[in-house]
Amino acid sequence: MLVVGLVAPAVVLIATVVLIVLALVYYLVSTIVALRRVAAGLDQVIDGVGEIVAKSAPVNEIVVAINQQLDAGVDLLEGLLVQKAGLSDAVGLIDGVYPGAAAAGLRNFPDSTEVEPPRIGEVYTKGTLTLARLGREAPVAAASPAGGEVLRNVEGGSLAARQLYPSVRHTSPEKLPRSPVIGTDAPVQYEERDDVGAPRKRLPAGGP
Amino acid sequence: MTLWWIGDIVLLVVVVPIVVYLLRGVLSAAESIVPTVDEIASVARAGSQDLDAAPLLLTTRDQVEQTVAGVANYGGSLDVILDDAEEEGE
Repeated sequence: MLVVGLVAPAVVLIATVVLIVLALVYYLVSTIVALRRVAAGLDQVIDGVGEIVAKSAPVNEIVVAINQQLDAGVDLLEGLLVQKAGLSDAVGLIDGVYPGAAAAGLRNFPDSTEVEPPRIGEVYTKGTLTLARLGREAPVAAASPAGGEVLRNVEGGSLAARQLYPSVRHTSPEKLPRSPVIGTDAPVQYEERDDVGAPRKRLPAGGP
Repeated sequence: MTLWWIGDIVLLVVVVPIVVYLLRGVLSAAESIVPTVDEIASVARAGSQDLDAAPLLLTTRDQVEQTVAGVANYGGSLDVILDDAEEEGE
């Protein structure tokens, strides 16, 4: 009886320890599996990020080069416009084409922000202003401060212009009328009239 | 003998639940990372694909260079054929 009394708590203790060990094994193995999946996912992340880094490496240099070229273009155009039209008219011309753009001024001419843009229609002829507004027909003008749609359809612009004329060539007909054949071998000969070059008829004397 | 039983009961009632609770917490935390890492991996792949067009910037740079060169030539011609604006005050 005493032995049984001594063994029973020991058995319970051992069973409890075994239970704890089993729980440790189960949960730790599950944790290890989950961490391995995490490691595999992070490997994919590293691959993707590596590709991003490799692909974006030259972007900065190229964009800087593009910006330098565009800056040079802006400097050139601003300088030419101010040189040829004068600062005041240049600002007025810009404001005439892109209403409100004069407030931003010219980048290389800080004084241009203080210039009150003249009404350019009073300075230049209608034709000059029309030529200036041609720039708004470019696709890039869609983002102009003036807003609105692009005036010229780049793809259909040529057709739209040709449709103003009565010619049917822009419809791409299968057969067009042939040009007339002239000369001695022509299928249709036009005889010279007899009266051409002959003396003019004289009216009878004593007539009305 | 009584103390031994008390120790067994404490081990079963207190220690085992605490161990299981802590281990389940660790496991759930580890498993919650997996879908997040998978999403990050998919986003990284998509970001990499978005940059496939980056080499086209070379074409853009060349086009810009040609355009600016054309503008410069055009401006040079205009500089020749157009008179400069008169100085204010003249």
